[in-house]
Amino acid sequence: MDRVPILKISDILLVSIQGDLDDHAVLTLQEDLADRVVATGALGVIIDITAVEIVDSFVGRMLSTIAGMARMLDAETIVVGMRPAVAITLVELGLSLGGLRTALDLEKGIALLSRPGPEPAVTDDMSPVGQ
Amino acid sequence: MSQPPRVVAPAEELTIASNDEVVIVRQKVRATAIELGFSLVDQTKVVTAASELARNTLVHAGGGHARIEVLDNGHRRGLRLTFADNGPGIPDLQLALTDGWSSGGGLGLGLSGSRRLVDEFELDSEPGRGTVVTVTKWTR
Repeated sequence: MDRVPILKISDILLVSIQGDLDDHAVLTLQEDLADRVVATGALGVIIDITAVEIVDSFVGRMLSTIAGMARMLDAETIVVGMRPAVAITLVELGLSLGGLRTALDLEKGIALLSRPGPEPAVTDDMSPVGQ
Repeated sequence: MSQPPRVVAPAEELTIASNDEVVIVRQKVRATAIELGFSLVDQTKVVTAASELARNTLVHAGGGHARIEVLDNGHRRGLRLTFADNGPGIPDLQLALTDGWSSGGGLGLGLSGSRRLVDEFELDSEPGRGTVVTVTKWTR
């Protein structure tokens, strides 16, 4: 079984999916990434799907799962390089991939990660008393 | 007027018994769609539908068969895919075609989603008798 290589560049993990993965390889990648996020303390995960010709509901769910899992482990996930035909097909399939951040290419994805995230929302509980 | 579609190329029969064979179905469907001159978007749609339906066959029925046929209706050429299994069948077809309804822990988009990606969609199933899904996509 081929494993998808996970590269580390400073505090970012980079995964470039090449070719047609079977479902087992997809699940393996999900587990490998969770392990590597914890082992490296990475703050960002970039998944490059430039070479991916189709994203079906299984792969789509894997991308959302990785993003959710990484978020729990204090890392932000960005999917880069989605082909236009893949985007059109995903929307018609009914997968909106809500909660998944995307960028058009690797460079924009890295730029997005190095930007400070939004300030945490101030809730009412934290407002100064009497204001 | 279009004529009744006729099959113009010998059908290709594929077994679906493992994840590898789901990948092979995707690759054969893509190769045929390219041969027929489908646009890149239509290739992507029909291969995605094939992937959903082949996975359904594997996950819900433990495997089955896929048939790939090339059709001609006098105007346009079409790609017809048939997925057949001898699995448990589907008790409620309407429910199975509803977005988000799933029996197998998936997203529930396999049948309903792939129906939106093709031009014609036929679902034939009865509990205990297995399931046959036939989809057709025509060139534009």
